[in-house]
Amino acid sequence: MGEPVLRIKGLCKSFGSLLVNDDVTLDVMPGEMLAVIGPNGAGKTTLINQISGLLPPDAGTIMFDGADVTALPPQARALRGLARSFQITSILPGFSVLENVALAVQARSGSSLRFFGRADREARLNPPALAALEQAGIADRAHLPAGELSHGEKRALELAIALAMQPALLLLDEPMAGIGREETERQIELLLRLKGKLTMVLVEHDMSAVFALADRISVLIRGRVLRTGLPADVRADPQVVTAYLGEQME
Amino acid sequence: MTATLFFVQVLNGLQLGVLLFLIAAGLTLVFGVMDFINLAHGVQYMLGAYLAVAFYGVVGNFLFALIMALLASLAFGLLLEFLVFRHLYERDHLDQVIATFGIILFLNHAVRMVWGAAPLTLPMPDAFTGSVLLAPGQLYPVWRLVIIASGIAVAGGLYLLVTHTRIGMLVRAGATNARMVSALGVNIKRLFMIVFGFGTMLAGFAGVMIAPIISVEPGMGTNILILAFVVIVIGGIGSIRGAFVAALLIGLVDTLGRSFSIDVLRLVMAPSPARTVGPAIASILIYVLMAIVLFLRPAGLFPARGR
Amino acid sequence: MMTGAAAIAAGGAGSARQPRNAALPAVIFAIFALMPAFAALTAQHYLVDTGTRIIVYAVAAVALDLLVGYGGLISFGQAAFIGLGAYAVGILSAAGIGDALVSLPVAIAVSMAFAWITGVVCIRTKGVYFIMITLAFGQMVYFLATSLAPYGGDNGLTIDARNTIAGWPVLKNDTAFYYFAFLCLLATYLLCRALIASRFGRVLRGTKENATRMAAIGFTVQRFQLIAYVIAGGIGGVSGFLLANSTEFVAPAYMAWQQSGELIVMVILGGVGTLDGAIVGSAVYLLAEEWLSGLTENWQVIFGPFLVLVVLFARGGLIGFCARLRLRHG
Repeated sequence: MGEPVLRIKGLCKSFGSLLVNDDVTLDVMPGEMLAVIGPNGAGKTTLINQISGLLPPDAGTIMFDGADVTALPPQARALRGLARSFQITSILPGFSVLENVALAVQARSGSSLRFFGRADREARLNPPALAALEQAGIADRAHLPAGELSHGEKRALELAIALAMQPALLLLDEPMAGIGREETERQIELLLRLKGKLTMVLVEHDMSAVFALADRISVLIRGRVLRTGLPADVRADPQVVTAYLGEQME
Repeated sequence: MTATLFFVQVLNGLQLGVLLFLIAAGLTLVFGVMDFINLAHGVQYMLGAYLAVAFYGVVGNFLFALIMALLASLAFGLLLEFLVFRHLYERDHLDQVIATFGIILFLNHAVRMVWGAAPLTLPMPDAFTGSVLLAPGQLYPVWRLVIIASGIAVAGGLYLLVTHTRIGMLVRAGATNARMVSALGVNIKRLFMIVFGFGTMLAGFAGVMIAPIISVEPGMGTNILILAFVVIVIGGIGSIRGAFVAALLIGLVDTLGRSFSIDVLRLVMAPSPARTVGPAIASILIYVLMAIVLFLRPAGLFPARGR
Repeated sequence: MMTGAAAIAAGGAGSARQPRNAALPAVIFAIFALMPAFAALTAQHYLVDTGTRIIVYAVAAVALDLLVGYGGLISFGQAAFIGLGAYAVGILSAAGIGDALVSLPVAIAVSMAFAWITGVVCIRTKGVYFIMITLAFGQMVYFLATSLAPYGGDNGLTIDARNTIAGWPVLKNDTAFYYFAFLCLLATYLLCRALIASRFGRVLRGTKENATRMAAIGFTVQRFQLIAYVIAGGIGGVSGFLLANSTEFVAPAYMAWQQSGELIVMVILGGVGTLDGAIVGSAVYLLAEEWLSGLTENWQVIFGPFLVLVVLFARGGLIGFCARLRLRHG
C-alpha cells in the first residue's frame, strides 16, 4: 500500500491539568477510511484540531504526505491538501452556496492578490465549484445564500468545500451530528461513493454510519488509543465493548 | 537629576497610576463581564468632578461633596444603563462604540451649557492642604499622597471583594465565561447593573479626588479615557490585577518619561536635538509600550481565559 | 427569499445582506457633480465649501467602510492617515515643494508606509484589542505632531498656497478644487467597488464572515487584512492631501481620536458595508453639524442623543432604514 498519507506519533495535548490526548499514534494509509470513535470527551475533536493545525500539540509529530507539518499553520496544511469539515458547521453564511465553494477553488487556482476583475464571473472558478456541488448533491442550491440552507444541506456544503480543495486527506468531524435520519442516509451514500477515491478520517458517534463506512477503526478512550483494527475485530474486542461499544450497541 | 527629584517623580507617577487604576477598574469589569465597550466612561469621571464642585458650592464641605457626588454618579450611571446601555449588551462592538460616542458628545457639551466652558476649581479639605518635607528643600503636597493612599485602599478593597464574595466570584466567572454565569441561573441583568453602577462610581470617585489639583473643565475625561483603555488592553481585558499592574506601569512610564527623556537623550546626543526629540518620545512612550506588549502578547499581560 | 439573480448580485457586490439600491450611487454622484452649478445659480457660494468638506471626509469614510464593512476590521485610527497626508503636504510646502505631482504621491506613500508598519502589529490582535491598538497608534501620531515644534506644534502650520498641478495653479479656484476633490472621491469609490468584487475582495469579505473557515481552505487571513489596512491608509492619505489643500492649514487636531470616532459615525450613520452609506453618512453628519451649530453653539447636545437613537432604532444606518421603509410601503 505504500507510505501512509498521515502519520501521527506520540501526540499529547492537555488543557491545564486535563490530559486530553495522551500519546496518540495513528497511521492512515492511502485510499482508506479510518474512523475514530470514542465517548464524549475522549479527545476526538482535539485530535482533529491538531491534525488540521488549529491547536498546537504539546508533544509528538504529525507527518502529512511525507513531510513534517507539526509546526505549520492551518492554511499551509490546507494548501498541501488537508481538508476538513467542522463539528459545528463552518461556512460563510452571507455568501452564495456557489461562492463558498468557488473560494476553495480560488485558494488553489492562481493568486488571490488580484485586485481587479470580478471574481464571481471567473470561468476558472465556477465550473469546478459547481462540479463539487454536484458531487455533494446540492447543485440546485448554488445561488442561495448559504445561511438559508437547511442543516443537512449545510453539512453537504461543507463536504463540497472540502471536495473542491481536491484533498489528499479529508478530515470529517461528526458529519452526521444534528441531522435527521433521512439526511444521514444520504450523507452515508455520498461518502460511500467517495470511498476508495479519497483518504479520509471520520470522527462519528453514529455507529451504523461508522460500521457502514470505515475500513479500520481506532477507539479513543480518555485521550488514549485503546485499539486500532478492522471493524469486525474492534466490534469483537471485549475491552472495547466494556469501555464504549457496550452502551452504544444496545 | 538628583535622587530626591527622581523620588518625587516616582510619587507623581504612582499618583497618576492610581488615578488610572480607579478609572480602568470599572472599564475592565464592564468590558470583561459584559463584553461592552464604554467610551462614555471618561465623561463619567468628568461628571464626578463637576458634581463635586456643584455640591461643594451648596454646603462648602468636601466630605459632603464627595459623598453626594458619588451617589449622584451612581444614580446617573444607573439611569444611563437603564436607558441606553442595557439595550446594547447583545449588539456588536461597533454599535456600542457609536452609541457611547454619542453620549460623550452629549455630556461634554451639556456640562459646558450648565457650568460654562471656563475651568472650575474644587478646594481641597483643610486638613490636607499642606505639604510634607521629603528632603531638605523638597516639599511634596499631602493631597497627592492622599490620592495614592485612597487608590491603594480601593485596590485592596476590590481585591477582597473580587476574591472573597459571591458577587466577586460571579464577576470573575463572568469575565472568563459569561454564558456559563447566565446558565447558572444568576440574575445576569442585576449583576450587570451592579457592576456597571460600581464602575461608574469608581470613575466618579477618581474625578472627585483629582479635582482639587487640576482644573475641572469640559473634555477632561477624554484624554484620560484613552489612557485607561491603554491600561486595560496592556493588563488584559477583564483582569483587575492586570489593570492594577498596567496602571502603575503606565503612570510611572509616562511621568518619568516626560521628566527625564531630555536628560537621558543628552547622554547620547547634543542638547539641542535632545530638547526637540525628548518631548516627542516622551509623549508616545506609552503607546510604544502598548504596541510592544500587544506584539508579544496579543491578549495583554494577564489575559482572562475563555475569550 | 431572494431570487437566484438577486443572490448572485448580493454575493458578487459585497455579500451585503444590506439591501442595495443600484441607482443610489448614480444619484449621489450626479448631485455632487451639479452642486457647484446650483450654488452659482442660487448665489449660495458657501455650498461649494461645504461640498468640498463633505467630499474630503467621504474619501476617508469610504476607505474606512472598506475595512469595517467588508473586512470586519474596526479601525479607530483612520484620522491618523488623514493627518499624515495633510502633514506631508504641509511639510513639503514649508520646504518649498508645492506641486501635487510630488505631494500627492508622498502623502499616499507616507500613509501606506505607516499603515504597513503599524498594521503588522494591529492585525495580530482581534476584536476589542484591534479597536484599541489602532486608537493607540492614532494617538501616537497625534502626539508626535503636537511635538513637531518646527512645524507649529500644537498650533499647526499654515500653508502658503494650494498645491499646483505640474506648475499650473488651477486649484486656487474653489470650484476647480471642488471638482478635483470630486474626481478623487469618484476614483476612490470605483477603486473600492472593484476591490470588493475582485478575488482579493472576496477573500477579505470571507475573513469577515468566518476567518477560521478561510484559514481551513488555505488562505493566510492576516495577509489580506494587512493589505486592506494599507490600502485604506493610502486612501486616508489622499483625504489628508485634500484637507490640507482645501483649508491651507494643517494641525494635530485633524488626527485627534474624536476625528476617528466621527469617521466611524459617518460610516455607521449612512449604513456600514455599502460604500454608498459612507458618502451619505459624511454628508448627513457634516450638514447636521452645520445646521445644528446654527441653532446652538453646543450642537452636540442634540447630535449625541440622535446618534444613540440611530443605533437603538435604525439598524443598518440611514440606507438600511430607508430600504426597510420602502419594503414596508410596497
